[in-house]
Amino acid sequence: MSILIDKNTRVLTQGITGKTGLFHTRLCRDYAFGTECFVAGVTPGKGGQSVEEVPIYNTVAEAREQTGANASVIYVPPPYAAAAIDEAVAAGIELVICITEGIPVRDMIRTRYRMRGSKSRLIGPNCPGVITPGQIKIGIMPGHIHQPGPIGVVSRSGTLTYEAVGQLRELGLGQSTCVGIGGDPVNGMKHLEVMQMFNDDPATEAVIMVGEIGGSDEEICARWIKEHMRKPVIGFIAGVTAPPGKRMGHAGAIISGGQGTAQEKLAIMEECGIKITRNPAEMGSTLKSVL
Amino acid sequence: MKIHEYQAKALLQRYGVAVPRGVPCFSVEEAVAAGHTLGAGVRVVKAQIHAGGRGKGGGVKVVRTDDELETAARQILGMQLVTHQTGPHGQTVHRLLVEEGADIRQELYVGMVVDRNTQQVALMASAAGGMDIEEVAASHPEQIHTAQVDPGVGLRPEQAETLARQIGVPESLVGQARDLMLGLYRAFDDTDASLAEINPMAVTGDGKVLALDAKFNFDANALYRHEDIQAWRDLDEEDPNEIEASRFGLSYISLEGNIGCLVNGAGLAMATMDIVKLYGGNPANFLDVGGGATTEKVTEAFKLMLSNPGLKAILVNIFGGIMKCDVIAEGVVAAARQVRLAVPLVVRLEGTNVELGKQILADSGLPILSAVNMADAAAQVVAAARG
Repeated sequence: MSILIDKNTRVLTQGITGKTGLFHTRLCRDYAFGTECFVAGVTPGKGGQSVEEVPIYNTVAEAREQTGANASVIYVPPPYAAAAIDEAVAAGIELVICITEGIPVRDMIRTRYRMRGSKSRLIGPNCPGVITPGQIKIGIMPGHIHQPGPIGVVSRSGTLTYEAVGQLRELGLGQSTCVGIGGDPVNGMKHLEVMQMFNDDPATEAVIMVGEIGGSDEEICARWIKEHMRKPVIGFIAGVTAPPGKRMGHAGAIISGGQGTAQEKLAIMEECGIKITRNPAEMGSTLKSVL
Repeated sequence: MKIHEYQAKALLQRYGVAVPRGVPCFSVEEAVAAGHTLGAGVRVVKAQIHAGGRGKGGGVKVVRTDDELETAARQILGMQLVTHQTGPHGQTVHRLLVEEGADIRQELYVGMVVDRNTQQVALMASAAGGMDIEEVAASHPEQIHTAQVDPGVGLRPEQAETLARQIGVPESLVGQARDLMLGLYRAFDDTDASLAEINPMAVTGDGKVLALDAKFNFDANALYRHEDIQAWRDLDEEDPNEIEASRFGLSYISLEGNIGCLVNGAGLAMATMDIVKLYGGNPANFLDVGGGATTEKVTEAFKLMLSNPGLKAILVNIFGGIMKCDVIAEGVVAAARQVRLAVPLVVRLEGTNVELGKQILADSGLPILSAVNMADAAAQVVAAARG
């Protein structure tokens, strides 16, 4: 078991003929069951062609109809990426993973508005994607650092997630699923929704929750954990040293109005029974200590 | 991206928001001439910098005569204005706004932000105008009223009217306040703003609702579709290092410490600063080189960090992932050679071909300290910085 994706997921790549889309689709197909999982590409105007045996369609709806794809991964450039999400949602794709970084917030507000009442789930944008080790990788994370196992990982950042996974590997701990939810202020699934899925997943025994400054997603998730989570959770928040009012790379990583500081998030997480570490080198060992 | 008050007011005027008559000035002579244009009576000379709290720092002066106006302009133009938002060094004033005075009866607050929790735009209003709204939010949250803007319909007039009444706008002026808020919303939405504030929104003795001060920030990811807004960028207000960094696709922020940090990924970059601090050091910067740590990017990153004369050591922390460590190591070595690196350099590499990468660092003949993990890297760089 796992959450969100497994070897039975059928994926189409939106923006497959772009440099990034092609490169990462290739790597994803090389990972575990990737060849069977990645069934289609979408690039308007290039329907009927194929790249590396993957057929290309003009629209998501057509690709879904022809191949049965139920997930989409988006590498479309920022000005067009929100429209690409809209198209996937309109076509009834169940899971939409948007890797693209730099989408205007206003576009995402409108896309989230259009998604109201839809059954589609959105991961990202500005995220590394999702991996269920040993089965399927959808996104830009390095597959080889992962291994199957009982630990769930949910994080707002890319390389910091890899860091957490790398530490788990050193300790011989594999992962059920790793979810990068992305660093933008307006996005799809939050820590909370991913945590709820890990709680219900029999294959997940414990969860690492990695957050960063800005917003209050981690606090909301922590309060839910206190009431409902049946599995141990450990947490780290990046940005204890970040100055207020400065955007730290990610559009969402900014302390504004005195809110969203790392100290505040860590304090609430601790109050809610999450074992926290202030040392990013100790995410793995902290997790091991709660098993 | 931020803009000046006078630019924000010009933008609001396009959307029908009333503002005091005023003239932006770049010299004392221009300020004097502007004063004449505005006519006799009370006028206000306001420093234009991208930071709040200007009044308390001496950057805003109310004047009653032409002589007073000239004196105020001389004092403010060129001054190093320190406010709670500028940092201890302050910001040099290069521009002034000279405005006619207003007979203020009420000072109110209205502002718009993206509300992350509801994933839509929120309009906030408070009777506690003219003050630092963050302090009001912290000490008297009940004094801030909020309306959520449905992305499908935009701000509704009745929402604005309700807010106007909640913050005590006299009934006869509720219509004016509503129109101001609707104008603010349209300006915010049309320009991809990330923050817009009118603080204070003034009710005047002659029965007007005016934007006495205005602030706009814009979504950097949307500037490509707003050339008119981009034209308002004022490079004098930005950290030259941060401007230089953005030219090379680097995300860089100067901090107060002496240990340079070069990292791939924003989250890992913050975590690296945190661990340096945890081990007793002080990070000199946030620096995210992004996905591709090429020789060119690493070289530019080194140059940026070395422009800080207080720099004592550099920590490179790269989680290679899909990028190969040997390629990154070659980039780091080439960059270190090119800038003739003279401060200690600690490098932590992880990912594909990590052993090969470490070998390249060791064989380079450069005094590079190789670290096995983040904790080791932090301990080594803190020790190196202490000399």
